[in-house]
Amino acid sequence: MTFEAWIAEPVNWVFIVVALAVVGTAVRVVTSQNVVHAVLFLVATLAGTAALFLILSAQFVAWVLVLVYIGAVIVLFLFGIMITRAPTGRGSGLDNDRKGVALVVSAALFVVLSWASLSAFGTTELTDLGEGTPTEVLGEALLGRFVIPFEIVGFVLLAALIGGITIARRDATPAEEEAR
Amino acid sequence: MNPLLVLAAEEPAAELVTGGIWVEWAGLILISPFVAFLLIIFFGKRLKYLGAEFAIAALAFNTVWASVLFVLNMTRGVLYERTFEIARIGFLGGAKELVFELGWMVDGLSIMMYFLVSFVGLLVFIYAVGYMHGDVRVTWFFAAFSLFAGSMLVLVGAPNLVELIIGWEGVGLASYLLIGHYWEKKENSSAGMKAFYTNKVADVGLILGAIIVGVSIGTFSFSEMSRLATEGGNGLAAVASVAAALLFFGAMGKSAQFPLHIWLPDAMAGPTPVSALMHAATMVTGGVYLMARTFPLYQNLAEGVRPAMVVIGAITLFAVGLLALVQDDIKKVLAYSTVSQLGYMMTAVAAGGYTAGLFHLFTHAFFKALLFLGAGAVIHAVHSNNMSDMGGLRKYMPTTYWTFVIGSLALAGIFPFSGFWSKDEILATLGVEGYTFVMWVGIGGAFVTALYMMRAMALTFHGTYKGDGHPHEAPRVMTWPLIGLAVPAAIAGFLNIPGVEWPGIRNFTEWLAVRVVKMGDYHPKEIDVTLAAIGLAAALAGLAVGWVLFGRDAATQRERDRLEIPLLYPLFRKKYYVDDLALGLVWLVKAPFARAVLWFNDYVIDGIVNGTGFLARGLARFVYGGLDQRGVDLIVNGLAAATDAAGSGARRWQSGRIQGYAASFVGGVVVLVLAVVIFR
Amino acid sequence: MIINQFLILAALLFSLGVYGLLVRRNAVMVLLAVELMLNAVNINLIAFEAAIRSTLAVGQVFAIFVITVAAAEVGIGLAIVILVFRNRKSANVDELNLMKW
Repeated sequence: MTFEAWIAEPVNWVFIVVALAVVGTAVRVVTSQNVVHAVLFLVATLAGTAALFLILSAQFVAWVLVLVYIGAVIVLFLFGIMITRAPTGRGSGLDNDRKGVALVVSAALFVVLSWASLSAFGTTELTDLGEGTPTEVLGEALLGRFVIPFEIVGFVLLAALIGGITIARRDATPAEEEAR
Repeated sequence: MNPLLVLAAEEPAAELVTGGIWVEWAGLILISPFVAFLLIIFFGKRLKYLGAEFAIAALAFNTVWASVLFVLNMTRGVLYERTFEIARIGFLGGAKELVFELGWMVDGLSIMMYFLVSFVGLLVFIYAVGYMHGDVRVTWFFAAFSLFAGSMLVLVGAPNLVELIIGWEGVGLASYLLIGHYWEKKENSSAGMKAFYTNKVADVGLILGAIIVGVSIGTFSFSEMSRLATEGGNGLAAVASVAAALLFFGAMGKSAQFPLHIWLPDAMAGPTPVSALMHAATMVTGGVYLMARTFPLYQNLAEGVRPAMVVIGAITLFAVGLLALVQDDIKKVLAYSTVSQLGYMMTAVAAGGYTAGLFHLFTHAFFKALLFLGAGAVIHAVHSNNMSDMGGLRKYMPTTYWTFVIGSLALAGIFPFSGFWSKDEILATLGVEGYTFVMWVGIGGAFVTALYMMRAMALTFHGTYKGDGHPHEAPRVMTWPLIGLAVPAAIAGFLNIPGVEWPGIRNFTEWLAVRVVKMGDYHPKEIDVTLAAIGLAAALAGLAVGWVLFGRDAATQRERDRLEIPLLYPLFRKKYYVDDLALGLVWLVKAPFARAVLWFNDYVIDGIVNGTGFLARGLARFVYGGLDQRGVDLIVNGLAAATDAAGSGARRWQSGRIQGYAASFVGGVVVLVLAVVIFR
Repeated sequence: MIINQFLILAALLFSLGVYGLLVRRNAVMVLLAVELMLNAVNINLIAFEAAIRSTLAVGQVFAIFVITVAAAEVGIGLAIVILVFRNRKSANVDELNLMKW
């Protein structure tokens, strides 16, 4: 597939716009010196990702992403930032001084990963995405073939819930224990 | 060949039991303590005895079951093996296969160990209910104790090396937990770690040996291994010596053979019931059991390794036994004594005395458990481990005293208690197998054994009481197990008197000979009266010297101090009575001349008797101070220093910066992916 | 559309996540970078699902699992961060160096 043929598809224009937004905001997520901004950029990245999912006609997962991540996880992060009193303003102390190493390592990882996918898939096309997967199919799969992993994941969530409470709970001081 | 001897189990047992519910379901013995462990963990705290109920119930169940097997084996012989395949791994490109199995083994050797672990364990558990009363972590103690007994049962019931290693490591873990039971004190948790580390060093040998055996014959099964070792001329023969040496190295750690015995005396930091079980039926017998289980390998293929094993066993039995003479802690006396007796067992098995070594293991389990429980009762009464705080307890604790005497006499090898018969059989085997010098070392060991046991008895139970408060006899929950152990400690030896057949039951040699292959060891058909007399004489001489040195003089505080002068330095280290300390100091400073005269006087008058004792003590102090504390510890410390140096080099990598680790990790992934892609 | 446009985008996001993981000092920011990496994985899963179109929608099912586990991870991770912060008055990972020699 030539570049001309590729660029001729209107869906790819949309992809380019979304991808640029995703990458741009992702870069800001890891470089922003303001922690609240970083979290908000992550919201944008995740929204872009949801848009990518829609392009790939995975509507259900896209909306799950919006609800769970943007709706819940981000709020958790904001709480975490508030509670740990991370420097919410601009500060230079947010990154360590080993950016060079990190840059080299992550660039190498990117080169290896993209080379691997290029050599494996070349220009394989995605054709006929159609209407996308109906939620019904997903529901059947989750509660049919994958019901055991589904239950296990549910259990993991429960364990995480209890574990989170247990870990973060402040142990009562002896005086408080007395008062109880 | 000595005409007095016959090959053990010349004919196979007439009617072997190879089925039936008791035999086929014997695996329940292996499982029940683990069930008890879980029940204790989850429900223990709610019960009246904080979980001890489950532990005792499991072992009572096991004792009943094992007793049935024991009687079956005693009358007819039982041979059964059940395995379940867990995994099958091909290697060398599928040319060879290695089978992993779990299961249980029911033969003469296993049944003896089932019975021993269950019976001694049950009595120790019952005793522990009394001993641990009011302890901070009773529930946890019984949980770990069940784990301990269960792991040992897995170890002795294992039909292959892999399952044996599982049990072996389980025992190591449980012993670590139990030795460090009072972990609030640093030295106790350090003792636990020392035991764990020392055992780990030896475990490397065991695991390598197991891998070599498994790879060479494609299975870890003991039965298969025994069969191949007996037939000879196959893949096993080529690697037998290396494998045997490595397995023996593993056994040296668990069975505390010189120089890996160092963990055992420190392991006294645990509660006394732990020491009792660990030293009698569990843990330390694991190594001897392994040697017995793989005996055909040593007997038929690994001839070259055996003399080295005999030498190590002989050093252990004599040199380490001497250390017991200078200990003040009663449990350490018994600990060094255990090491010494393990030396006897190992020497016997290595010299080819399969039955002799195991017979000593059998009798030793009873009397050493008895002695430890007796010592525990004493410690419980006087709240101190030190014999310098005891004395005169005979009057206060008659039951403990008399059972302790029985145990001591059995350990010393006095006719007709059990130790006499088993020790005699070891000596006879050593003589017949041509290890004459080692046999004399063994006789010397019998003298030392009697000497230190008399010392312990005299200092603990005779003379006057020197501790605080009023000692009292232990509660009945503790004295009954003592009596329950005193009976077999006294009479177990009759089971294997050479040339004596009891009506209706076969003798010990024949039970143990119920294995898939013939052991081919020797068993005296008639008792060698001369040798028995020499052994007994050595033991009696030890008792006599001990009585003269310690019994008579322990009457008053002052005289006892005089006696302990050569040992003043260890006494100073102990928290001794302040007035005694002052007395000793004054004496040391003010009257060195008088002291010298007194000493001279003593040694001239008491002549040979005291001379012998002094010599033994000097030697002991040399061995303890010079060889053990400097020589052996030097090697150990050297290893530690080397580890430390290697660590210092390696620690630069451990910067503590998590992100540095993560960067290395990701970089490693990149390199690995590249490597896979390039070299595919 | 070709599959590689998604895969390379995902690789880029993943590498950015790794970069963030390596340079951020604040533990919350590190968790944020981890979320970025998990998100990249999700893009891969959905893209592959679009390519193979399995009857059970395996890729999407697993993307849902990943999202769920990621939510659990954030919950526990933040709890740990809060605990560490409470004990050490700092949530900076480079100050958590008790494990070094």
